[in-house]
Amino acid sequence: MNAMSPTQSVHTAEAQPLLEMVGISKSFPGVKALSDVALSLRAGHVTALIGENGAGKSTLVKCLTGIYQPDSGEIRVDGKPVRFATADAAQAAGVTAIHQETVLFDELTVAENIFLGHAPRTRLGFVDWAAMHARAAAILHGIDAPISTRVRLKDLSIAQRHLVAIARALSVDARIVIMDEPTAALSYKEVEDLFRIVARLKAAGKAILFISHKFEEVWRIAEYYAVFRDGRQVGAGLLADVDQHDLVKMMVGRDVAHVFPKGEPKIGDTVFSVRKLSHPTEYDDISFDLRRGEILGLYGLVGAGRSEVCQALFGVSRPGSGEVLLDGQPLVTRSPSDAIGAGIVYVPEERGRHGAITAMPIVSNMSLPSLRQTSRRNFLRMAEEFALARTYAERLDLRAASLSQPVGTLSGGNQQKVVIGKWLATRPKVIILDEPTKGIDIGSKAAVHAFMSELAAEGLAVIMVSSEIPEVLGMSDRVLVMREGRMAGLFDRQGLTPEILVRAATGNSEGRQ
Amino acid sequence: MSLIRTLLARRETLLLCAMLALLIGVTARFPEFATPASLANVFHDTSILIILALGQMAVILTKSIDLSVAANLAFTGMTVAMLNHAFPDLSILVLMGLALTMGLALGAINGLMVWRLNMPPIVVTLGTLTIYRGLAFVESGGAWVNAHEMSPAFLELPRAVVAGLPVLSWLAILAIGLSVLLFDRTPIGRAFFATGGNAVAAVYTGIDVGRTRFYAFCLSGMLAGLSGYLWVSRYAVAYVDVAGGFELNVIAACVIGGVSIAGGIGSVAGTVLGALFLGLIMNALPVIGVSPFWQMAISGAVIIAAVTINARAERSVGRNILRRKEIVL
Ligand SMILES: Nc1ncnc2c1ncn2[C@@H]1O[C@H](COP(=O)(O)OP(=O)(O)OP(=O)(O)O)[C@@H](O)[C@H]1O
Ligand SMILES: [Mg+2]
Repeated sequence: MNAMSPTQSVHTAEAQPLLEMVGISKSFPGVKALSDVALSLRAGHVTALIGENGAGKSTLVKCLTGIYQPDSGEIRVDGKPVRFATADAAQAAGVTAIHQETVLFDELTVAENIFLGHAPRTRLGFVDWAAMHARAAAILHGIDAPISTRVRLKDLSIAQRHLVAIARALSVDARIVIMDEPTAALSYKEVEDLFRIVARLKAAGKAILFISHKFEEVWRIAEYYAVFRDGRQVGAGLLADVDQHDLVKMMVGRDVAHVFPKGEPKIGDTVFSVRKLSHPTEYDDISFDLRRGEILGLYGLVGAGRSEVCQALFGVSRPGSGEVLLDGQPLVTRSPSDAIGAGIVYVPEERGRHGAITAMPIVSNMSLPSLRQTSRRNFLRMAEEFALARTYAERLDLRAASLSQPVGTLSGGNQQKVVIGKWLATRPKVIILDEPTKGIDIGSKAAVHAFMSELAAEGLAVIMVSSEIPEVLGMSDRVLVMREGRMAGLFDRQGLTPEILVRAATGNSEGRQ
Repeated sequence: MSLIRTLLARRETLLLCAMLALLIGVTARFPEFATPASLANVFHDTSILIILALGQMAVILTKSIDLSVAANLAFTGMTVAMLNHAFPDLSILVLMGLALTMGLALGAINGLMVWRLNMPPIVVTLGTLTIYRGLAFVESGGAWVNAHEMSPAFLELPRAVVAGLPVLSWLAILAIGLSVLLFDRTPIGRAFFATGGNAVAAVYTGIDVGRTRFYAFCLSGMLAGLSGYLWVSRYAVAYVDVAGGFELNVIAACVIGGVSIAGGIGSVAGTVLGALFLGLIMNALPVIGVSPFWQMAISGAVIIAAVTINARAERSVGRNILRRKEIVL
């Protein structure tokens, strides 16, 4: 392996780093999440932290923000050793973070969420509501997020919530800004907005740690990199000195060429038809046919109504009007159990909220929708459940100490694999995948894509919602683009380019083909 | 082996150790306390608490609470006692079936209000707590049914000794066995955990969360009804205030046993140990000669101590506290 040694200095001529971590170790029962890692962040620069799911990235972030205490090692700010006993202490020392799993309060307003814990005060010590709303509005304006500060969080979409989480991180006057997969839920427009924010923070002399599984992003905004593998730092340096192959090799320990494993599709008859599906506020006049063996991409900006349509198809919400046909028969799904019974399953986008039951072990999570298959005469059979979970865990390259481990103790990407696996295991007729590879590392991404192709080859019909253009182009047979709740185009795979997709998603559509 | 149980292994071990320590402490001074006969007596004494706690566990797992169990017990107990008084020839098995059915119906009323009317369980069962006890008063006019008004068969069944243990103890053992099957080996048991663990995700998995809660309340009610008969028979008296406040002991047994009030976490083994732990304390304190006034204060203090230890065990898992801290950030 040609990775640079962690100790090798590549920044000889530079000033002392703003933040340094040395010899950090952190163990959980049964796992050594970090062993003896080092990392430094420089003022005015972005350091990209990359590594496979479960490599220890988020654990490092939590050590840096006072949520976890490292077992050993030292954190230095401006060369002085510091200890963050609590999240408040880290914040006071100028460290702020957008966490991978953002924790916000549904019942509180946007402004309250942004300023919870550090609300502006009046001279008498009461909360200064006017100042709070004004400052929240200013921060949201600064990140181009057109969200009222007075709405409750539960009324926002996932992407809007994410923007609130970003605003929350920026509401603290911090010198060190950590972003743990901030772009995972965002489409390219919001990503561009985020990059502008990063550029601004950089110009203001902040040190930024940026975690992402997307290499294009890393090269666009970062100057330095650090690579983690299995809790160790296996490389660090200037991005200018390496290319993507080098990083992947450090990350995985071998070469991974990610080509989309799109077979020659054998497309059959129509299995699933949607006719003029409409909802008073979310979407309007959506019609399409889905054929056996086909992967239909669903592209659009965040907020275009894609997830809402999918949720209606799955029976989570009710459309205002319209019709759905399965195998030519009208289908009414009043609840997810109706849809599952009919052979339609949905892998939700927000897997923390909708997908995983974190206190339950991996195996029970995976088998939950398949209990009918794994039980006999209404009695569960643990051996069957383990066999099922093991199959899908292996195929998706799940990293866990044991299948009896609670899902809550897995890394973010591995939790997603559990949720994807649990639905793939049901072997449905129609599967709707909402952002199937969000937060998943490149090696496992290839596995998920291969799995999708294989399911399609077996005659399953797949709807894939994705905000990642390469994924949409690489995997779909046809692409439906939505804009502001309406169909903005239905394109064949042939001749489809990123420009066409973006144009359809943002406006000046070419119409349907 | 149950997975969900291994998850909690540490907590249950802790509880077992605490019980052993208590036992050793008491036995050091009063050796007769640890004789098999005396321990069997503690178990016998705790049987009703165990049965009720197992039903309550189902409810708490689904992130609900059933405050009406003791009132249900009193109402059902009064009803069967009065029936027995009026029709002494009615078979005890019929009466037991009746107690089960009536308890189930009362539980179903709770469950329906939670499920169909979407009312918060604490509000519903606070309401029915008063209503059920009120109905016990209405039907009895406040009068007692005393031992001499009950038929010998009615009084004898729970005490009858079969294979060395009284029927009441056997019923508790049966309830434990069936609960292990229900919670660990059936889809509905799994649904209890899923509903409380993450209701939204459970819905997405095709679980009918409302119906699952309804079933939990039915189970809790049914066991409360059965306990109604067992209680009036064991104490040989039925009056309106029977088992007053006992719902709190039931909930305490669950919580001590590691059932999370936030839902989704708990085990049969833990709940049974929680109930036995309470039972042991209640039985040990009079033996050591603690005055009744102190007994209540001490059992209260022990409950708080046990819950604190549980909370700490939970914290070391890192999940709950983590969430709270991230929020503060
Ligand atoms: N609270 C916890 N209890 C037990 N193990 C944990 C806990 N948190 C994390 N781990 C383990 O620590 C390891 C590192 O997890 P971490 O979340 O840091 O990974 P990551 O690099 O952020 O991955 P991802 O790309 O999937 O987000 C994993 O093996 C995970 O299972
Ligand atoms: Mg992570």
